[in-house]
Amino acid sequence: MIAAQERLPRLLALVPYLLARPGIRIDEAAADFGVPAGQLRKDLELLWMCGLPGYGPGDLIDISFDEDTVTVAFDAGMRRPLRLTGAEATALLVALSALLDTPGAGDADAIRRAVAKIEAAAGQSRPAGVAVEMGVREGAATAGVRETVQSALRAGRALRITYYTPAKDELSDRTVDPMRVLFVDGRSYLEAWCRRAEAVRLFRLDRVDEVEVLAEPAAPPPYAEPTDTSAGLFQATSEHAAAVLVLHPDARWVSDYYPVEDVEDLAGGLVRVRMRYADQAWIVRLLLGLGGDVEVEHPAELAATLREQAAAAVARMDRAPVNRL
Amino acid sequence: MSVARAERLVNLVLCLLSTRQYLSAERIRGIVPGYADAPSDDAFFRTFERDKTELRELGIPLEVGRNSVFDTVDGYRIARRDYELGEIDLEPDEAAAVALAVRLWDSPVLTGAAHGALIKLRAAGVDVDQAAPTVVESKVRTAEPAFGPLLAAVQAGQAVTFDYRRPSPTDLRARTLEPWGVVSWRGRWYVVGHDRDRNAPRCFRLSRIVGDVRKVGKPGVVRRPDDVNLMAFVADTNSEPPSASPARMWVAAGRCTGLRRRARVVEQREVDGVPGDVIELDLHYLDSATSWIAGFGADVLVLEPEVLAKSVRERLLAVAKGVS
Repeated sequence: MIAAQERLPRLLALVPYLLARPGIRIDEAAADFGVPAGQLRKDLELLWMCGLPGYGPGDLIDISFDEDTVTVAFDAGMRRPLRLTGAEATALLVALSALLDTPGAGDADAIRRAVAKIEAAAGQSRPAGVAVEMGVREGAATAGVRETVQSALRAGRALRITYYTPAKDELSDRTVDPMRVLFVDGRSYLEAWCRRAEAVRLFRLDRVDEVEVLAEPAAPPPYAEPTDTSAGLFQATSEHAAAVLVLHPDARWVSDYYPVEDVEDLAGGLVRVRMRYADQAWIVRLLLGLGGDVEVEHPAELAATLREQAAAAVARMDRAPVNRL
Repeated sequence: MSVARAERLVNLVLCLLSTRQYLSAERIRGIVPGYADAPSDDAFFRTFERDKTELRELGIPLEVGRNSVFDTVDGYRIARRDYELGEIDLEPDEAAAVALAVRLWDSPVLTGAAHGALIKLRAAGVDVDQAAPTVVESKVRTAEPAFGPLLAAVQAGQAVTFDYRRPSPTDLRARTLEPWGVVSWRGRWYVVGHDRDRNAPRCFRLSRIVGDVRKVGKPGVVRRPDDVNLMAFVADTNSEPPSASPARMWVAAGRCTGLRRRARVVEQREVDGVPGDVIELDLHYLDSATSWIAGFGADVLVLEPEVLAKSVRERLLAVAKGVS
């Protein structure tokens, strides 16, 4: 279905595209249009039957192609591509401006020049109705880490990092093969092959406490796939334990901030949610910090652990009054 | 799309581009191959209407007019200057920026639109290498089901209605909005527009929209004010954190790594029979710091400031007394 809707725009773009590249390889052209070479051949055969009124030999689009390459000899007046639609110009220009506030993504001057040229060529189809700001808050230390990581990526070197894992509340030293720096949801990550985990991992740059560029080359294995960010960075699975929580109004932010399921509104502004977690110690820290703004309905053992740990903490405070320390 | 239809539409575009005269539907029927096959007038006009709609949806500027006052029906043509993309030539660094920009979207609708733009730029002779390795990438995703319908409504200039859950004070009710734009700030999408119920500009977070977004009234009705800054409705302009205040606390030996990595160790000390360290660190937001510190339970004792020690104790006391 999508392919059918894209065919006419592709047919209209193909003649000017080929005019600009006489003798281009068919597979190269197919890659540029994102279709298999066989489909591109079918498009060329179709265009060959199109032309100007009269539709005689001198009126039809004339395309000469052999096994591998293709050249347009007569364009029947289709010399330029169709102008960008408002939606196309918007998608491209808004993305370019979003790069401007992504630290280290591209050369700001080149981005501005590209925006100016595309706006000038797009003419009246000005962007409308979409605005994006990454809103990245990057402290000085994180900026320093990012610059070191970028230099390793450019030089193709492995990295040794000291990384803080909040789930375990621990620091670990890892040797990683960097793949790219990724900005998602206002945060920056190093995507790398972690040799210890033997998997692709995303490391939040503000949790990289130390970073060192190694002399050895970065060598992520060929099967190291970039992370698919489209479904969110934390993908809960049924293997994860699930807690059923009732959030009071002051803790409702939790349902916006962390992925939750089965959201159910209750009387008095309360909301019941199911939250998956990979690590018991992590959710204990989260829930202790929320105090009385959250009730744990399930599992009972988690609720009991929380009460015990909170009681132990209060007891220690009472045994060791602050003013005597 | 059938081969016959695709061929007919390409021929229609070429025909209308090549004429300076307006061509009536009947003339077009006689000229462009494919229309002659129509078994009846009715069938022809139905096909022709569908074709015109298809061309307009692609953004092809179909002009409607008459060549002289003696013409009895409207004709059609495509003005080349309105059809063609202007001259554009990108330097390699500019083309690299475009390649990176196209990869920004994790969104079916915006990815499709950006690819449409990329194909046209390539057709204009610009070489954009998408296979080039990138060091830094940004991703903006549109996972909220409301995104597609709202963007379509913004681009069509059409009002919408939807159910919206407000967190505090809690409230779930239908809103009717003239949408001016969709805005992503720090990875979160909002829709900004004129709220008809409140008769004032408002912004709504997409993740809090419940159920379907329904269109209201005709397209082309909503006009975005010229001087409106969409981002100003959602972005926290006051982004400077408040000044830091120092705090001192005891942490058990080998525990509270999250606190220690932000702190300086001042001295070693045993508390309640447990060895540990006194640390100092700077805190910006006392409320979020309270949650953070309380999360470490008995492994931490706040020494200063007293207000922080009290708020941590209250929070843990509430859990210890838990009703559940």
